[in-house]
Amino acid sequence: MRLASLAVLGALALCTAAPAFAEDEIKLPEQIWSFDGAFGTYNRASAQRGFQVYKEVCSACHSIKEGYYRNLTGIGLSEEQIKAIAASVTIPTLNDDGQPAERPGLPSDHFRSPFPNERAARAANNGALPPDQSVIEKAREGGADYIHALLTGYAEPPADMKMAAGMNYNKYFPGHQIAMAQPIHDGQVTYSDGTTATVEQMALDVTTFLSFIANPEMEQRKQMGVKIVIFLALLTGVTYVVKRRVWSDVH
Amino acid sequence: MPGLHKSEFTNPVVNWIDTRLPVFTMLTKEYAVFPTPRNFNYFWNFGALAMINLMIMIATGIFLAMNYTPNTLMAFDSVERIMRDVNYGWLLRYVHANGASMFFVVVYIHMFRSLYYGSYKAPRELLWMLGVVILLLMMATAFMGYVLPWGQMSYWGATVITNLFSAIPLVGDSIVTFLWGGFSVDNATLNRFFSLHYLLPFVITGVVFLHIVALHITGSNNPLGIDPKGPQDTLPFHPYYTIKDSVGIGVYLIVFAVLVFFAPNFLGHVDNYVPANPLVTPADVVPEWYFLPFYAILRSVPSKLGGVTLMFGAIAVLFVLPWLDTSPIRSARFRPIYRQLIFVLVAAIIVLGMVGGHPPQGIWVVLGRIATAYYFLHFLVILPLLGKLERPLPLPESISSPVIRKGGGPLPYGAAAAPMEKN
Ligand code: HEC
Ligand code: HEM
Repeated sequence: MRLASLAVLGALALCTAAPAFAEDEIKLPEQIWSFDGAFGTYNRASAQRGFQVYKEVCSACHSIKEGYYRNLTGIGLSEEQIKAIAASVTIPTLNDDGQPAERPGLPSDHFRSPFPNERAARAANNGALPPDQSVIEKAREGGADYIHALLTGYAEPPADMKMAAGMNYNKYFPGHQIAMAQPIHDGQVTYSDGTTATVEQMALDVTTFLSFIANPEMEQRKQMGVKIVIFLALLTGVTYVVKRRVWSDVH
Repeated sequence: MPGLHKSEFTNPVVNWIDTRLPVFTMLTKEYAVFPTPRNFNYFWNFGALAMINLMIMIATGIFLAMNYTPNTLMAFDSVERIMRDVNYGWLLRYVHANGASMFFVVVYIHMFRSLYYGSYKAPRELLWMLGVVILLLMMATAFMGYVLPWGQMSYWGATVITNLFSAIPLVGDSIVTFLWGGFSVDNATLNRFFSLHYLLPFVITGVVFLHIVALHITGSNNPLGIDPKGPQDTLPFHPYYTIKDSVGIGVYLIVFAVLVFFAPNFLGHVDNYVPANPLVTPADVVPEWYFLPFYAILRSVPSKLGGVTLMFGAIAVLFVLPWLDTSPIRSARFRPIYRQLIFVLVAAIIVLGMVGGHPPQGIWVVLGRIATAYYFLHFLVILPLLGKLERPLPLPESISSPVIRKGGGPLPYGAAAAPMEKN
């Protein structure tokens, strides 16, 4: 067995050591999220503040095409609140004469996108496309930690770095040159619950909201998971006892 | 009456059916009383697990297909609709996506079992080869399934893999155009992949049936690799192995559930949550983890044709493995050198898996080449020679008396020993 275990150990050691030669990865500062772990839930207050940041800041450029206003029950908003939020936007529609018209939004509507199409979005953003944020938390390495780091990672570029026109330096964006200017600044929104709107606070809040909108099923999923795993563990335990009984005359 | 089956069932309805269509007799014969070696370890669970996994994939897949739209403009959104709007759609999708990973885990362990205990040797060569066919079909199915959500990795994975066929001299480019149904991966490609992704699992089911028929002709191998000599060496499949398989299924379901409910995207790639965009190439196109060793072999050869040949060669050697391994001894327990080398092979495959996940630069290229060379060395050089050179340990007399009596037993099994005969 000696050669065997040596080979497997050697292979694993090589593979853990090899990246050290090969890459210079940016380390993301890790946050403690309310939705981490097997029992994690979305911190309602934080997610609601985060929605406020999204609505007042990010939604000027970023859509959430896959989400509906009704999804907001998941962060603890009431039906009435959601109706009011939806009604505050206008949705393009056709009137009875078949002419383009507008109507107030309903909870069953998708979040209103800021631009009618990709070209309009690029035209308004120096040619860059603000990505849809429906699943952005699942679409980036590092997930919530990455979004938080990105939002708080703006800085002066190092002296030896040539910045392209209209680009901004960010410590955590791959390549460090991002077309999005720093979107949040201290005091940019006035939180209705009185929380002080620092960059750090807003980054945490909007990241919580974006994580929710990417995984609206998460709380239900984890609660189901806990029950199912406990059930399966008991079932497997009982099955094992029965197995020992059945086999007792053989061994 | 001529031709009617003489059924032994007492229940009149069962008897009536069984007389005309002896499925009950068959089930009893093949699953209840089927004589099975008494010394299986838990490695023998994995065939049953693969069967369960296939059923889970088909069940969840059929419901996904009811809600999925195979159109380049709608596929990504339709998968998100499954996640958000279909009742328990997220559960269906996460079970199906992680089920593919579980399937490969199970099948790779199942194959390791065959390698370690020599289950591919006479008389089970055809059984083993049918298994390799199943592996190929699974790979095709999983590859095409991964294209369906139409994310960045779907699109670019499909582009890279189909483009491999362009390495074939003369007709390569025409073949690629034919596969695509156009001049790039596009709507026609997505549609045919969906159709085939729905079809192939049922082809797999058919081959699995043949695999099991072949198994029931030869009987199962066992950890000692020697044939049962009589009833004292076997047990009826039911209840002994039905209950032992149930324990395995329980553990398997726990692992599966932990993945689905607590880390559903752990094995996936983040880029596949970015909608496909033909104008933006991802930094590194990587396939799903279960393809990484093969992908590493592909990329470790500087020539495209060479890489493609080696990649398919890696599976082709498995087809002829029963004839490459010249040792008459099945179980690695009695092959002191093979028993070590099989783990070196596993280590090489793990290294290949790691290499496949990184851009082919620097140290990864070197590691990839060494591991690729070792992979083929193992099958093409070491196995044929080892069977002639290795001195096996004495085999036990029978399964029920595995203790070797001093001086007794069918010893010594020397280098030139004849292949084991079935008796
Ligand atoms: C003025 C328009 C604008 C606003 C407001 C804005 N963004 Fe952006 N955002 C952009 C653009 C443009 C990009 C594309 C950047 C690029 O690709 O270089 C982007 C990219 C991003 C990305 C993706 C980065 C990556 O890894 O590709 C995230 C995450 C993001 N924005 C979050 C936010 C959040 C959160 C807010 C609100 C607090 C916000 N943005 C507000 C324009 C904006
Ligand atoms: C051998 C069994 C199968 C394997 C290995 C397999 C594998 C896969 C994989 C890897 C995906 C991509 C998962 C993702 O990231 O979303 C997928 C998706 C899909 N599969 Fe399968 N599959 C199997 C059987 C089936 C069957 C039998 C059906 C239908 C009858 C089916 C229907 C679908 C559909 C509709 C999707 C797209 C939805 C989605 O992406 O979640 N699959 N499959």
